Amino acid sequence: MAKSQVSMKVNGKTIEALVEPRMLLIHFLRDQQNITGPHIGCETSHCGACTVDLDGKSVKSCTVFAVQANGSDIRTIEGMANADGTLHALQEGFREMHGLQCGFCTPGMIVRAYRLLQENKSPSEEEIRMGISGNLCRCTGYQNIVKAIQFAAAKLNGVPFQEAAE
Amino acid sequence: MNDMTPTSAERAAKLEGMGCKRKRVEDIRFVQGKGNYVDDLKLPGMLYGDFNRSPHAHARIKKIDTTKAAAVPGVVAVITAETLKTVNLAWMPTLAGDVQMVLADGKVLFQNQEVAFVIADSRDAAADGADLVEVEYEPLPVNVNPLKAMAQGAPMIREDLKDKTDGAHGKRKHYNHIFAWQAGDKAATDAAFAKADVTIRELIVYPRCHPCPLETCQCVASFDKIKGELTLWGTFQAPHVIRTVGSLISKIPEHKIHVIAPDIGGGFGNKVGAYPGYICSIVASIVTGVPVKWVEDRIENLSTTAFARDFHMDMEIAATKDGKVTAMRCYTIADHGAFDACANATKWPAGLFSIISGAYDFPTAHVLVDGVYTNKAPGGVAYRCSFRVTEAAYAIERAMDIMAQKLGMDPAEFRIKNLIRREQFPYTSAFGWQYDSGDYHTAMNKAMEAVNYKKLRAEQKAKREAFKRGETRELMGIGVVFFTEIVGAGPSRACDILGIAMFDSAEIRIHPTGSGICRLGTKSQGQGHETTYAQIIATELGLPADNIAVEEGNTDTAPYGLGTYGSRSTPVSGAATAMACRKIKAKAQMIAAYMLEVHDDDLEWDVDRFQVKGNPERFKTMTELAWAAYHEVPPGMEPGLEAINYYDPPNFTFPFGAYICVVDVDVDTGTTKVRRFYALDDCGTRINPMIIEGQIHGGLTEAFAIAMGQEIHYDDEGNVTTASFMDYFLPTAVETPHWETDWTTTPSPHHPIGAKGVGESPNVGGVPCFSNAVNDAFAFLGSTHIQMPHDHWRTWTAAEKLGLHA
Repeated sequence: MAKSQVSMKVNGKTIEALVEPRMLLIHFLRDQQNITGPHIGCETSHCGACTVDLDGKSVKSCTVFAVQANGSDIRTIEGMANADGTLHALQEGFREMHGLQCGFCTPGMIVRAYRLLQENKSPSEEEIRMGISGNLCRCTGYQNIVKAIQFAAAKLNGVPFQEAAE
Repeated sequence: MNDMTPTSAERAAKLEGMGCKRKRVEDIRFVQGKGNYVDDLKLPGMLYGDFNRSPHAHARIKKIDTTKAAAVPGVVAVITAETLKTVNLAWMPTLAGDVQMVLADGKVLFQNQEVAFVIADSRDAAADGADLVEVEYEPLPVNVNPLKAMAQGAPMIREDLKDKTDGAHGKRKHYNHIFAWQAGDKAATDAAFAKADVTIRELIVYPRCHPCPLETCQCVASFDKIKGELTLWGTFQAPHVIRTVGSLISKIPEHKIHVIAPDIGGGFGNKVGAYPGYICSIVASIVTGVPVKWVEDRIENLSTTAFARDFHMDMEIAATKDGKVTAMRCYTIADHGAFDACANATKWPAGLFSIISGAYDFPTAHVLVDGVYTNKAPGGVAYRCSFRVTEAAYAIERAMDIMAQKLGMDPAEFRIKNLIRREQFPYTSAFGWQYDSGDYHTAMNKAMEAVNYKKLRAEQKAKREAFKRGETRELMGIGVVFFTEIVGAGPSRACDILGIAMFDSAEIRIHPTGSGICRLGTKSQGQGHETTYAQIIATELGLPADNIAVEEGNTDTAPYGLGTYGSRSTPVSGAATAMACRKIKAKAQMIAAYMLEVHDDDLEWDVDRFQVKGNPERFKTMTELAWAAYHEVPPGMEPGLEAINYYDPPNFTFPFGAYICVVDVDVDTGTTKVRRFYALDDCGTRINPMIIEGQIHGGLTEAFAIAMGQEIHYDDEGNVTTASFMDYFLPTAVETPHWETDWTTTPSPHHPIGAKGVGESPNVGGVPCFSNAVNDAFAFLGSTHIQMPHDHWRTWTAAEKLGLHA
């Protein structure tokens, strides 16, 4: 099958590659570029494990062809840490609040939460739940994921985090 | 080095041992996308395998033509049953004593059954090839209803067993019959029913569902022709069992098989068994001489590997008119699909289903289970529960409500009257299980007080009156559950898998500088073993948890173990860890005595050190003793500081809990809103309360999914209609209720650290609690039992049948 030239920025680095037109972005990232943080849970855009940030939007990379991402700016979980190598507030929050168990949904969940907090700096619990409803988790029951995102929001806003009473 | 040190309590806190909400070690890699899952693995020259699958639920195969598939650019080989026969691998043994086709041999028995395996140089080429395998089928009559499986003239599912009169567990009653298994005292139970004041009987169906971890089943097989060795990476909850089974099936000597389970993206029972994908990948690697990867997609996962439940339970309880239970009996039809690939301890074809008398003091009881073949996928795994325990808990907890309703008693009051009392422990149930410990009434009372149960019932009463007056269209339901589990399989006298006793193991090596490594036969799939086992060691040995590495999943380095499922890691390997620590500590004590020039008996343990009795300024810390073990051991003693323990538990453990749920049901839409869910769990000694709470949140969410929407459904032609996330319910953050957790602590008397296991309690207790709540909403209108799952349609239909839409 004839291949197409693509060029995109992934986690700040420009990538040029030849891909089959039918290659999905998630397969391009994982199999061709060894960016294995984003995962595949369904390939039908339901589970969100493959979520990446593409030109300022949360995108399920199993439902985008690599050729469609030509010219785009992508961020995956591998590009989430701060420039000095310390963990992003969301990464810290997920660990502090026990917002993960098997870790399979975590990369997509954190990348999605990153965009959510870009759009809404102080989301309510309801807004967080709605905001991550495109990302499935089978382990945590979401309660601690909500807290993790609240923790990160507080840290990014420079205010003390207060855990809601049970 | 014996300088002034902090107090015992301060030193203990620094260890981050048992009871500490220690942050998880594994999270550091997971939050950075640096987990190491099977599909992340890429080996030089690696090929990809994909299946051609049957569109029919039951059909004879007339012809398979692989010409077009083989011609697809990139396709390297196509394997069919005929290929597998040349290496005697067309069929494989199952864990349940049956055999299963690896690739369809002569006919297909369920939809999406594996027919041909295409190997290619890319995922896409393998998929293209699989699409182009041409199979000519002659459809056969289909049966997907287990209640009709043993009818006269029912379609014969297993022609290969036509002449087999004995199943794995005795005489077969019918050509679709697999096993009959019973427990308890039939004669005494029937006699008790004959003279009972009050009896209830209800067909309680626990529908087929699927564990559905977010990561599907997958593997990479790499056969080294020069060495004759196989390395198999895979999503295995039980790596050593896979190695042994792999050796028995493939005839590759066991020491030449290396099984590695890296990080696993959730298991919940799905990843216990051995599947055709693994066998085909191994054969493909042997044939091609290069590594072969197989990754199941979501439809394949939901429709072929490891369903759960599908128990059809005819449940009865007898009681006196003042509300004392006198007997229970249950006749169950268990649908095992086309092959009996149920993952149970070998002697227990219905698992530990005889925990069905629950937390109640039944004088006598009897169960009988018939397993049958149908044209559905094989499996029968424990989806986040010990073998068949959730089915048992569902049946008894629903039945207790139905009996309370008949007696006109409050369901909580009826339970309290029949709960096993604290002074009865250790308690021997009517089925012969010895419940290790419990304080049920304390737990139940605490739960009722926490939710203000009386006030809830008063509110419900008022709402029911308002409903009758036509002032509201909402019904309030209160679900009450008291469950007891049986986990930690298990004692070798009762449990084995293919003859291997269900012990588990831990090997601990303490290094000269006082850090160490612990290797185990279990395998975490998200439970946080790297964090919690280190906490047990921290408390037992007085070394900081941060200084202990925990390693699982590599059969070359880990001691033999039976793996992680059925909440067995803490009860069995947790015990092995503590026992190995105690061997190390005993040696350290001798070294300390030698160094301090006192008798062993003159020393006492204090948090992280041995000190001279009555003279605590004279001590040796464990860190000092670790160094000494490699430097100045007493004459005649072996150097080094390590130990291994294979723990064969003396009994199961019996965690328990009291759950209460409040729902509001809209009778016009069938919508159920969970207003409140309170879960009190008693798992004995608590190792890491943060992780326990997280496990309970997750288990309750899975219970919510099962009770309110999950079902693997087949139409009459055997088409599976729920094999994607469009149709199979996984709750999002929006539907998922808020969870309130609580606890009591009743240690297990026979476990070295008193721990019982917790991961599965919320599923076992949660499912009946939601179901009881929905059923309770309608109970005052005379409804006794509405089948799960309680989705909008089913709930609306129940309201319709009760005439509520008139």
